[in-house]
Amino acid sequence: METVATAVEREPRTYLNVDHTLKSWLLTEDHKRIGILYLIVITIFFAIGGLFAALIRIELTTPAGDLVESSVYNRLFTGHGIIMVFFFLIPSIPASLGNFLIPLMIGAKDVAFPKLNLLSWYLYVIGGSMALTAIIYGGIDTGWTFYVPFSTGYASGMVMLTLVGIFINGFSSILTGLNFMVTIHRMRAPGMTWFRLPLFIWSLYSTSLIQVLATPVVAVTLLLAALERGLHIGIFDPALGGDPVLFQHLFWFYSHPAVYIMILPAMGVTSEIISTFSKKEPFGYSFIALSSLAIAVFGFIVWGHHLFVSSQSVYAGMVFSILSYLVAIPSAIKVFNWVSTMYKGSVELTTPMLYGIGFIGLFTIGGLTGLFLASMGMDVHLTDTYFVIAHFHYIMVGGAIMGFMGGLHFWWPKITGKLYSETWARLSAIIIFLGFNLTFFPQFILGYMGMPRRYHVYAPEFQVFNVLSSAGASVLGLGYALPLVYFLWSIFFGKKAPANPWGATGLEWQIQSPPLPENFEITPVITEAPYHYAPSEEVVHVG
Amino acid sequence: MEQKSIQFFPEQASTIAHSVDGLYLYLVLVTAFFSILIATLIVIFAVKYRRRADTPTPKAVHGGLWLEITWSVIPLGLSMVMFAWGASIFFTESRPPADSMEIYVTGKQWMWKIQHMEGQREINELHIPVNRDIKLTMTSEDVIHDFYVPAFRTKSDVLPGRYTTEWFHATKTGAYHIFCAEYCGTKHSGMIGTVYVMEPQQFDAWLSGGGGTGTLAQKGEALFSQLGCVTCHQATADVKGRCPNLHGIWGRPQQLTTGASVTVDAGYVSESILNPSAKIVAGYENIMPTFSGLVTAEGVTELVEYVKSIGPAPGAPGSAPAPAAKGAPAAKGAPAAKAAPAATVKP
Repeated sequence: METVATAVEREPRTYLNVDHTLKSWLLTEDHKRIGILYLIVITIFFAIGGLFAALIRIELTTPAGDLVESSVYNRLFTGHGIIMVFFFLIPSIPASLGNFLIPLMIGAKDVAFPKLNLLSWYLYVIGGSMALTAIIYGGIDTGWTFYVPFSTGYASGMVMLTLVGIFINGFSSILTGLNFMVTIHRMRAPGMTWFRLPLFIWSLYSTSLIQVLATPVVAVTLLLAALERGLHIGIFDPALGGDPVLFQHLFWFYSHPAVYIMILPAMGVTSEIISTFSKKEPFGYSFIALSSLAIAVFGFIVWGHHLFVSSQSVYAGMVFSILSYLVAIPSAIKVFNWVSTMYKGSVELTTPMLYGIGFIGLFTIGGLTGLFLASMGMDVHLTDTYFVIAHFHYIMVGGAIMGFMGGLHFWWPKITGKLYSETWARLSAIIIFLGFNLTFFPQFILGYMGMPRRYHVYAPEFQVFNVLSSAGASVLGLGYALPLVYFLWSIFFGKKAPANPWGATGLEWQIQSPPLPENFEITPVITEAPYHYAPSEEVVHVG
Repeated sequence: MEQKSIQFFPEQASTIAHSVDGLYLYLVLVTAFFSILIATLIVIFAVKYRRRADTPTPKAVHGGLWLEITWSVIPLGLSMVMFAWGASIFFTESRPPADSMEIYVTGKQWMWKIQHMEGQREINELHIPVNRDIKLTMTSEDVIHDFYVPAFRTKSDVLPGRYTTEWFHATKTGAYHIFCAEYCGTKHSGMIGTVYVMEPQQFDAWLSGGGGTGTLAQKGEALFSQLGCVTCHQATADVKGRCPNLHGIWGRPQQLTTGASVTVDAGYVSESILNPSAKIVAGYENIMPTFSGLVTAEGVTELVEYVKSIGPAPGAPGSAPAPAAKGAPAAKGAPAAKAAPAATVKP
């Protein structure tokens, strides 16, 4: 980051060039710098998690377990899951882009609690380092779901250290959520009413709500598992008088809403991108905004759909099944509104827009295949198979990571003040889209054929689709490697970015790139709706 | 399990498989319709409304409420069909027909142990007759497993410390995969086996071959006396002992010291053997020691079958070896594992 600052040395004062020392970064209270600190660590975790995935896919090209032993394979998928879920996906958009953008988009100088914000980053780094240490030295083979009594009584490896690492990281997530909620409530510029908030802010507000309310539950649950493992206090293990299904209820009470922590911010990014590159205000602004809140609230009461085959009562299962369908409706509303935003727009297929429409397509498939799993009789056959793997990767990779990449490309000129190569970036977006589908679509078929997840060795009839999937993964890997190159290149050699390269209406685009340390010279006063592309008297009504 | 060329579906070898595949087809059609609709609209809009040099800033388009309602209500309607259809299949799956043939399954890291009522045992293989309702009663000796037969489109978790059930009605002879579908440790992917669906005559031949040493209930009875259960638990009608009399209690409610009531079933009998102080029958002391560690999960299964066989089981046809009667009137409804003075019980 030192170099970033050097490159813009002779430029006007920005948050990047005010101070170049390492100390000024590590002790910064500037939300923009903290966002960048997050971005760096998140990228490292993504690379490590991706490496684990690569090894898994290489192993699965043949039915026999010939690359690594079963104990190693189990450590690979556990490491992949823990790193990607807890240390990449959950913090990805909120902690990096959210941190950078919330104050800019609502017209504030910083978040409500800047010191707490820095503390969140340190907790994340400490928790992440502990988990990473455990995963690399000794490893852990519980799966990221830590099901008991396996994790508390049978698993080998450094389970304890991992649990404590995730526990500490949970506080980072809670504090960030709290910080964002207070910021959005209390620090909006004059005139920035709730319904003038950009949709990205609505999505982050909903996300924060889940982070604050759900994370404590998983923190306590994992702590109880740690107590049972360390001190043999019987909570979950039937041999100690506990209930193993209780663990699953508690775990999914967090981990289902956690899916919305991952996907809601990506939905927010998509709303911004589709509007900007259609040069049109989002169709159904208030429906998109409120559907984020609806997803956050309904997301809390559907966890039981993970337990249809876990000996849960049939009637409880029915309630969870019907509620799961209800939570799908706000997502459908969003998709229809995004597509309608493009209707009679002025559509420009820039890199962020490619990611935006890629997100809509992949999220649609991910969401619709979720309907299979909410249907109880269908789920009995599909749960714990590759169908589930394919479904949630369409949501998390096809959805959350496409959103993250889209957002990164969209705001990169604002964050760094530099432009990247549009040609290379579009190429990589297309490679990622194709590679993604080749990797994960065959897994739907594998799942219906009955291939269970977490299988090191598999029956020979599953090989064809596994080979396709592994081939797709190598394309996907190339797609992810490219941005690393052209983004770094842009920092050193990229053209200087103007304040508003996309012609967007958001507040963050009305200030210089990169922004001043204090964001705004004078506090802005908001007098218009957020997406005023066309004069408001020229509205066309449909329907 | 003979595999030729590329497959997209597992074999369809049970009654449930037919209904699940029907639902799957509906779900695939809905998914394909909406995915193609969305993709087509995006492509059309991206091409038709692409920005040209002279494109003016487009006017804002506002939709009416009815449009939002329309595209909420249509998906809602389609998904309620998914809900109802899926729930009705699930109801069928979770209610084993009353006259099912019963088989016990015990999972342990990393194998499946099967016990037939007639005393046959097998490991990682399950032989069943075609066209017959089969009910599995399953438990685990260690961690959570899951008994999954893709060709039957059904699975159920197998938990330590309790019994779960799974049933199916095979419609096609052949050999099909058994997979453990709940991650259970190092050799999880090796916890596999084969279901052999056989013609009834072949199955009967298989069942009578390879000598068993008696039925499950007989084995349970031997274990009952070997473990010394008989010193406290009477199995003869109307004899009062230190612990509840087991005669005819299967399927009947028992009054507990807490005032609650519990029905004597596999789960309760198993719990009473492994964790006797959990539920005490009213009128008895908490004196029974645990047999956890002294008896295997399969042993517990045998004891359960023995308890089921003692005396007239309500409604259950063929309440098996009638115990030799002896003894005095017993407190009505004595429960499972608790003590009573010795009495030899021989059929």
